[in-house]
Amino acid sequence: MARLTEKTVDPASEAGYVDHPRRMGFFTDTSVCIGCKACEVACKEWNAIPEDSGPLTGMSYDNTAGLGANTWRHVAFIEQRKPMAYQEPGVDHRDIDGLALAEQGFSVSEAAEEFRWLMASDVCKHCTHAACLDVCPTGSLFRTEFGTVVVQEDICNGCGYCVPACPYGVIDRRADDGRAWKCTLCYDRLGVGQEPACAKACPTESIQFGPLDELRERAARRVEQLRADGVTDARLYGADPDDGVGGDGAFFLLLDEPEVYGLPPDPVVTTRDLSAMWRRAGAAALLAVAGAVAAFALGGSR
Amino acid sequence: MSVLNVTRKRRRGRRGEQPMVPDAEFSSYYGKPVINSPVWSVPDVPGYLFLGGLAGLSSLLAAGSDLTGRDALGKVGKLGAFGAGVLSLVGLVHDLGRPMRFLHMLRVLKVTSPMSVGSWLLSGYVPLAGVAAATTVTGRLPRIGALATAGSALLGPAVAAYTATLLSDTAVPAWHDGYREMPFVFVGSGATAAGGLGLLAAPIAQMSPARNLALLGVGLELAMFRRMRTRLGMVAEAYDTGKAAKYVKAGQALSALGAVGAVVGRRNRIACALSGVALLAASAATRWGVFHAGMISSEDPKYTVVPQRERIRKRRGDKEF
Ligand code: SF4
Repeated sequence: MARLTEKTVDPASEAGYVDHPRRMGFFTDTSVCIGCKACEVACKEWNAIPEDSGPLTGMSYDNTAGLGANTWRHVAFIEQRKPMAYQEPGVDHRDIDGLALAEQGFSVSEAAEEFRWLMASDVCKHCTHAACLDVCPTGSLFRTEFGTVVVQEDICNGCGYCVPACPYGVIDRRADDGRAWKCTLCYDRLGVGQEPACAKACPTESIQFGPLDELRERAARRVEQLRADGVTDARLYGADPDDGVGGDGAFFLLLDEPEVYGLPPDPVVTTRDLSAMWRRAGAAALLAVAGAVAAFALGGSR
Repeated sequence: MSVLNVTRKRRRGRRGEQPMVPDAEFSSYYGKPVINSPVWSVPDVPGYLFLGGLAGLSSLLAAGSDLTGRDALGKVGKLGAFGAGVLSLVGLVHDLGRPMRFLHMLRVLKVTSPMSVGSWLLSGYVPLAGVAAATTVTGRLPRIGALATAGSALLGPAVAAYTATLLSDTAVPAWHDGYREMPFVFVGSGATAAGGLGLLAAPIAQMSPARNLALLGVGLELAMFRRMRTRLGMVAEAYDTGKAAKYVKAGQALSALGAVGAVVGRRNRIACALSGVALLAASAATRWGVFHAGMISSEDPKYTVVPQRERIRKRRGDKEF
C-alpha cells in the first residue's frame, strides 16, 4: 500500500482530522524503571479495569505475565547473569551486605558484576499503521485526534479480529464481557489536558508522556548519552517511522533485544500485504469459476 | 540463586529439508507468546471456513447444472449452498463476543477488514442462495430463481476465497505467511467439498461434473498446500505439530481416498456416496488443520521471533554488501 512508503505519516490527518492537536505518545525509558508497578496500579484504578490476578507465576516479580484485556500496562522483570554496564557509585551496596554475601559463598565483586535486573513497562504501541484498527469490521476501533487508537465499547461486537491482528499481542477480548479492550492512552484524561494515569504515577519518569516529535528527540539524546556512558546495550524500539508499523506512538528505550522483553524484533502491520492478499483471493475465485466450467466441459459418461 | 538466567534460549532442531532457515537460537520472555492467540473457537470458526467453501462452490455447481439441464444435481447444489451458507453465518454470529450486535458489522464497509467484506458478502449471498433453493424446491417463480442462482454463483467464489484473506490478514505466522497460497488451498478445498456433496446426494446419471469438480479440487488443494509449506520455511513446522498435523494428515488421506473411490466406484451408487462423505470430511479436516496450525504458531514465540530475526539479519546483510 502506497501510504506505507511515505516517510512521515500523521495518523490523525490521515484519518481525516483537519484541525487537530499534536500527536501524543509515550516514551518509556526502561533504563530508569525500578519495577514499582505504580503504572499498572494507576492504570487499573483510573480505567476501572477488573481484577485478573491469578496464582504467582514464578516469573521474577512479574505476576501479570503480559498485556491483555485486563492489563493495559505490564511491567516485565528479567533477571540476567550479565554484568551491569555502568553503575553509579552511590547505588553500590558493597559496604552494607558484604559479610552476608561472603557467607553465602559469593565474592562481592562477582555478585555485583554478574547480575542485572531489567524492568520494563509495556503498553499498547498506538501504531502509526495499526492492524487492530484496520481489521476492525464495525469501526469500533478508531483513530483519535491525538493520533492514538481507541476501542468504542458501545460499538464492539466482540468479533475478536483485532486480537490476532496486533503484531505486539496487546489487545484482547474479555471472557466475561465479550468485547475487546486495550490501553486508550487515557483518552478521557487527554481531552481535558491531563497526562495519562501511568505517566502521572511513574516516580522515576521512566514513562514520559508528550508530543511524539519531542519525545523522539529526547529519546535520541538519551540513548546517545547512555551509550557514551558505556551502556552499549541501550537502543530505541519503535521510534523509527520507517519500521513495519510506521513507528509507534508509544516507543521504548531497551537494554537488550526486544524479544527478551517479549516484544517482536521486527513487527509488520499485517495489512501491508493486504492488496496482494486480495489479488490472490481474486485470482483464486476466478480459478474456481474456471474449474467449475472445466468440470462441466470435461463431461464423463455419468 | 540457581535460576537467575530466565531468558530462555532455545536451539531449533536440525531439519535437513529446510535449508531456508539455519539453526537459530532465539530469546523470549519466559517462553511466553509474543502475539495474542486468536480467541476464535472450535467448531465455530473452522466450521465457518469449511461451510463457506462448500456453499460457494456448490452455487457454481448449481448454476452449471441448470445451464446443462441437470436439475437433480442443481437442486443438490442449491440446497447445499443455502444450508451451508446459513450455517456458516450462524458460526460467525455465534462466535461473536456479543452476538446480539452482529448488525454492527454492517455499520461500515471496510476493504481493510476481510471480516467486514465477508459480512457484506454473506449478507448478500445467503438470501440469494435462499431464493435459489426455495424456487427450486417449490417450482415457483422460475425466472427469479434463475436470477438468484446466477447471483449466488457470482458471489459464491468470493465467499469461498475471502476466508483465506481473513486468516492471512493477521499477525499469526502460519496464516499470514501463507497468504499467497491460502486462497487457492481454500478454493480447492471448497471444490472438494461441493463435489463431495454432489457425489453423496445427486443421482448417478448426473454426477460426473461433481466428480470432476472434486478431482480438480483435490488436485489444487494438495498442490497449493505443498507450495505453501515450502514457502513457509520453519513456520511450516506448525502444520506438522499436534492437532494441526493430525487434521492435515487426515485431510490428505481422506482426499486421496475420496478421489480414488469417486473414480473407481463411479458405477456404484454406494461407492460414490461413501467417496462423497470422505471428500466432505477431507475438506473439513483441512480447515481444522489450518485453524490449529495458526493457533500453534501463535502460542509458541519461536514462530514469531525466528523469522523476524532472520528478516533483520538479511536486511543487515543486504546493507553491508
Ligand atoms: S499495538 Fe496492537 S493494539 Fe496497539 S495500536 Fe498497534 S496493533 Fe493496535
